[in-house]
Parts: sequence; C-alpha cells; structure tokens
Amino acid sequence: MIARREVILEALGQAHELEALQDSIVRLRDHFRVDHLVYHWVSSNGEQYGCGTYPDAWVQRYLDKDYLRVDPVIIGCFQRFHPVDWKRLDWSSKAARGFQADAIAHGIGNQGFSVPIRGPIGQFALFTASHHCSDEDWARFTASNRRDLILIAHEFNQKALELEPGRSQEQSRALSPREIDAMTLVAMGYSRAQIADTLSISEHTLRVYIESARSKLGALNTTHAVAKALSRGLIVV
Amino acid sequence: MIRYIYANDLHQYPKLRRSMFHDRADQFKIRLGWEVQVDDQGEEHDEYDALNPLYVIWEKPDGTHGGSMRLLPTTGPCMVNDHFLDLTDGVRISSPLIWECTRFCLARDAEPRTAAALMLAGGEVMTGFGVEHYVGVFDARMVRIYRMIGSSPEVLGSVGEGRDRISVGLWSFSDEARKAVGERAGIPLETSRLWFDMAFGGGASSDVTPQVAQSA
Repeated sequence: MIARREVILEALGQAHELEALQDSIVRLRDHFRVDHLVYHWVSSNGEQYGCGTYPDAWVQRYLDKDYLRVDPVIIGCFQRFHPVDWKRLDWSSKAARGFQADAIAHGIGNQGFSVPIRGPIGQFALFTASHHCSDEDWARFTASNRRDLILIAHEFNQKALELEPGRSQEQSRALSPREIDAMTLVAMGYSRAQIADTLSISEHTLRVYIESARSKLGALNTTHAVAKALSRGLIVV
Repeated sequence: MIRYIYANDLHQYPKLRRSMFHDRADQFKIRLGWEVQVDDQGEEHDEYDALNPLYVIWEKPDGTHGGSMRLLPTTGPCMVNDHFLDLTDGVRISSPLIWECTRFCLARDAEPRTAAALMLAGGEVMTGFGVEHYVGVFDARMVRIYRMIGSSPEVLGSVGEGRDRISVGLWSFSDEARKAVGERAGIPLETSRLWFDMAFGGGASSDVTPQVAQSA
C-alpha cells in the first residue's frame, strides 16, 4: 500500500517513540519506489541512532569492515550541509571502489542522493535515498524529488531530536505571533497580496513567514501546513 | 575565478585564506567601523567561522582574495536567529530551503565586477543545492552595492537610522536575474557552472553524466 507522502509524514509527526521512525521510513521507501531510504544520526556526545531499509547483512558488513572510514558519502557529507548526488563524490581510491562494489553486491544500488543535516549544538545527521537504475533515470528522479527529500530529511531529524531521551519539548517548533497571523489569513483564503496588506508587510516577507511556519509544522507545502496548523489547533478560523 | 570552500578546507589555500580574513578586518572594522574582533594577525573572525561555513570566494589572478561571502544553514546556529530576532518580529527563520549569507566583503582593490560574480555564484549554490532564498544582515552602505549589481534584497526589518541602519534582508534568484548578474559580472554561465562543478564534483544531477564522472 503506497500512501501519499503527506499521510506518511503526518504519522511520523505524531510518533511518540523512535520505533515509529522505522515504520515511516519503510513506507516512504515504498512511496518513492526506491531501493532504500536511510536516516543516520550522530549526536554531539557521539551517540548514534539509525533507521532505514538497508539489509541487516549490509549493516553488519559495514561495521565489520569499518567502512565508515572509506565511505565517500560519509567523508563527503560530514561537517558539510549541501545535499549531494553520489556521482559528485570522490570514488577514485581503490578502497572506495572496493566499497562501492561491495555495496552494490549487497543491493544498495549504484545511485544515491544524500542530505546532510546540521542540527542544533553539534548534532549531525544524514538522510539517504539509494537505488539501482541508469544515470538518466536517477537524474529524473532527483530533479523531481529533491525538494521533498530535503524537507523529509529534516523532518526525520526534527523528530529524532524531539524523541531524544532527556530532551525537553523543542521550543523552536512553536509558531510566533506573526506566523500565526499569516497562517490564519492563508487558511481563511485571502490572497497573498491581501494578507501582506493586512499585516503591513511585503509579499516577500509574508513568503518567509509562511515558509518558516511550514518548516516548523513539518509540512511539504503551504496547503499541508495550513491543514496541520488547523488540526493541531494552532490557528482558528 | 570563484571558489567554493568549506572552512575546514581553507588551509589548502593559505594565501586566499589569509587575505580574505585581512580584507574582512579592513572592511568591517576599519571602513565600516563595526565592533568586530581582529586578532594579532590582523584577521577578522567570529563565532560563525568556527561552525564550518561554506565560503564563496572570488580569487584574483595572483591567488589573493577579491571578495567573498559566508553561507550557513538556518537550521543550525546562525546570525539572524541568534542576534537579530528583533528585526524579524521575533520570527525565527529556519528552513532547509533558506540559507544565511553573511560577511559579504569586497577587497579595497576589487574589480567592479566582483560583487556580481559573487551573486552569480550564490545563484549556482541555489540551483545546485535546492536553496530557495538567502537571508542576511546588511548595513545601509551595502544597499547601493546590491542595487548596482541588480540583486537588491527584500528588507524584512530594519533598526537604526542613516548610515547606522542595519537590516535583515531576503534574496531570491530568478533565471532572468541570473542572466542579468552574469552579464554584469562578464562571466559566461557555462564558466560559472564549471567553477561550481570543480568545487563539488562533476556530474550535476540534472546533467547527462558519463560514467567517468565518478572519478571527477
């Protein structure tokens, strides 16, 4: 059963334990019709957490061979923050090529797209989609899904941070008064120009307020954000 | 040429690195009179340089710094959210689709086209990494420079008057703006794309890529 990505994200948003992330990532993998999706998180104190669809044999193999040291995806993404197609990484060393052959043999795929995430206070995470297909097909896939993959990557990270043991409720998820005003007027069906006028701000500023609200709500687009804000009672129309 | 360098790779370009931090001291401390820290080497650094930002740098033919800007994701610590919330009505601008651009700096002897070249590079980053906006802090004197290169930000909020006016601004980049900035910089778009590919590995996802690109 392939659900819409909004529905899967809704379930993720309501998760109360880390196990639910695994369920969500499997459903998203099916939805995107790729071989694998993986989310991997390293906190500032070195604690790790991961979920994803890689086969157990590959995960074990990766640990046994200490591939963390040669994996071009890790080397190319650690301490950075731009999303990267695996083709852009440096696979020229013998160790990297051996690693790649092994990964392909374990069904990871010959293509990948990874989103490094920089969270608060030294937290680092990586969200990856991998697949086996031609370069042309992969270019088409990433061109049409890059935006959502980036947003979903951050949504996973936001959830993982929320569920981190001992962590208090993330304050930055609350909407500011300006964002509530903007989202309320969007929900009431006013045009951007009318809303900007009402709030005495420019349409560009309004766009940023809506974008920051969307990000905090973990929504994929404005309509989705309005639905979430309404269902959580954050705005009343 | 334009270089894109993360802070932890800057040591590979010692001349470029040194002259960039010198020029920043010159611009922000001496010319603009900002309260920034300059070390005994004459270099200006702040806490955000320690967060491994991505620098976009115009390198002059002699290998020194002609101009630069500093990029950070707004999902982590950044200047607008840490220090300038009062300018955005308390709205924390945090999105994977919005990056922060700060420390926009031009060397005293920078060629006139340098600012436009940096803007063009900013556009490459947007296209290449799916960034939809930049947000940044700038002062009154930058307004004219941004207008001159055809890349004026939308002002989200300001404080202060006259020369001391500080604003938080937002940049977007349409294809038309990109062409205009490219022309002003006198840089063919293919060249600009090539510099980007040199920094981040060949084989953009939107290009048709031969297998050999894997070792680029």
